Amino acid sequence: MISDLFSFTVLVGILASGIRLATPYLYAAIGETFSQRSGVLNLGVEGQMLLGAFAAFYVTLTTENLWLGVLTAMFVGALMGLAMAYVTVNLHAEQGISGIGFFLFGLGMSDLLFQKLLGTVETVRGFPEIYIPGLSDIPGIGEIFFSQNVLVYGAYLLVPIAWFVLNKTTLGLKIRSVGENPDAADSLGVSVIRVRYFTIILGGTLSGIAGASLSIALLNVFQQNMTSGLGFIAVALVYFGAWRPVGVLGGALLFSMINSLQLWIQVLGINVKSEFAVMMPYVLTILVLVATVSRVRAPAALTKPFERES
Amino acid sequence: MPAMNKVFQSDWFSRLVDTLLPVFATLAALVLGAVMLLLLNVNPIAAYTALWEGAFGSSNAFAETLVKATPLLLVALGICISFRGDVINIGGEGQMIIGAIFATWVGLTFTGLPGWLVITLAMLAGFLGGAIWGGIPGVLKAYFRVNEILSTVMMNAIAVQLMNFLLSGPMIDPSQAELASRIPQTARLLEIFRLPRLIPTRLHLGALIAVMLAILVYILLWRTTLGYRIRAVGQNPHASRYAGIKVQRYIVLALLLSGAFAGLAGATQVFGVNYRMITDGSSSGFTGSAGFNGIVAALFGQLHPVWSIPASILFGALLVGANSMQRVVQVPSALVTALNGLVVVFVVSSEIWRKRRQRKRQAIVKQENESPPPSDERQAIQMEGT
Repeated sequence: MISDLFSFTVLVGILASGIRLATPYLYAAIGETFSQRSGVLNLGVEGQMLLGAFAAFYVTLTTENLWLGVLTAMFVGALMGLAMAYVTVNLHAEQGISGIGFFLFGLGMSDLLFQKLLGTVETVRGFPEIYIPGLSDIPGIGEIFFSQNVLVYGAYLLVPIAWFVLNKTTLGLKIRSVGENPDAADSLGVSVIRVRYFTIILGGTLSGIAGASLSIALLNVFQQNMTSGLGFIAVALVYFGAWRPVGVLGGALLFSMINSLQLWIQVLGINVKSEFAVMMPYVLTILVLVATVSRVRAPAALTKPFERES
Repeated sequence: MPAMNKVFQSDWFSRLVDTLLPVFATLAALVLGAVMLLLLNVNPIAAYTALWEGAFGSSNAFAETLVKATPLLLVALGICISFRGDVINIGGEGQMIIGAIFATWVGLTFTGLPGWLVITLAMLAGFLGGAIWGGIPGVLKAYFRVNEILSTVMMNAIAVQLMNFLLSGPMIDPSQAELASRIPQTARLLEIFRLPRLIPTRLHLGALIAVMLAILVYILLWRTTLGYRIRAVGQNPHASRYAGIKVQRYIVLALLLSGAFAGLAGATQVFGVNYRMITDGSSSGFTGSAGFNGIVAALFGQLHPVWSIPASILFGALLVGANSMQRVVQVPSALVTALNGLVVVFVVSSEIWRKRRQRKRQAIVKQENESPPPSDERQAIQMEGT
């Protein structure tokens, strides 16, 4: 029944899982924001997430140490980022296409490792919920905001940090100048290459955490292609959020809330074709891109390799 | 060895290296693959032998390779058009699905018409379906500045859900509709509607159609005004606009045509291989990831429609061989997906050397024009150039 949706518990449930589901989008999209602000489109996010998700899951399963799992995922993501940086910054490879290459690599590699090292779908005990004393007791609000696991809190903490770094620090200024006018930045002594390496590796690291958040904090399993397009949506969210961390947060929340609503509609057995419910977020993303993209400008040097005039 | 030096510096040698770069890229990927196999405790020689045998070991195996190569080539042809127009179409998966849905609908609806007519109509319907699914991101890019990479990825996800909905509802096989299991699939096509087989294997007419279309796309891109304009817009949209080309129109056309070929690929899969549509809920369940692998094949063929033919056969062989590798040495076929990714990365990375040598060649030509070298040397260079 549609009216079931409006009961207090269901509404709280939808909002709480919406907050939780935004986690992987936030890590990946904030990372992508950094690399795009420096002028690099990293389309390999999906592949980085998949490998990160597998690494975190496997290490957690074998060592039972969740933090070691997260660290391994970060390391794997950073390695993928390093390779991406070399290929796009030093070799000037077309960014969109090399990203697809890294996506296919991560897709195949994580599947290969999964089949060789695990073979079957197993589960791990993921990060437990942390109930913030006092606040988590508030009815509704407590369950929505203050009863999540540590990676969820981390994702939301990342947003103001990213905003601060991008807008209030010298590093952020360098990143932005490299993305807007690399020649000018270069002539002022900013190393375009070093800045881009930094942002791409940071993006990879955060994508690794995004993958880990799926496999050891939200779903606690690993399956082939478990991200199923999530990494690409994270890239879309950067455009959606107009290259600003707060905008990305808005997009991620909108997307995850609709997703959560869609899941609850299925749980409650409301008579909406589930295919259309699943489709909804994608249609909405396109519509919002239409509505917003023509009004905001991308970093001027996005997708353009940097070459010093000789 | 001055003679050898001359060979290395000569124009034709440098062009030869350019042509072979993708081959080197593949070899590099295979070497990395061998390292991975060693790490997995598998003898790489045994694995690659199984791969080769599976792809080329018998006439049936080779036919299977060509069957797998067909959708890759069709998708690759579309990719040649869109990438030449500087439009990145990642939506091959969705375009294949929609093309297949359109074609299947024709095949299941006009059961009273003669076979050749229905096949023709179905292929055209597939072309149209793909064109629509590619055209939408085209319009969004040209007139609303929506990044086509993102919109085509979204369109893929939407197409999968549409397929799942149609195959479990309006288009479901009537015999499944009454069962409790309700397998999401359409009814089987009539036997007269199947694409004819070429030799007594699974190889079907679609392969021949794809090869002929490769030549047509070559003509389109390099011998017609339409193709010239698509390429001009791809190389320099600003100059094209000054030259009076309606840039937006050609962006839409590039994506629309690109989608159309992918749609045709979907249609040939239904009419030549499966004879019905069935879904496991994912896009690769129907396409076998041809929408992505077609991009790999096109890049490998250096975005040239005719070179895309051998490239598609190569990747078709890898896909078929991967299955036999999985059977014989128990290496998951996912390895080939990872290797495909590496090939893409290596091919785009090696572009830098091609560009450098191109620049060098141009510099040499320029130098010659500015200060003519002694006559006998100049003659030698001219000889090599011809």
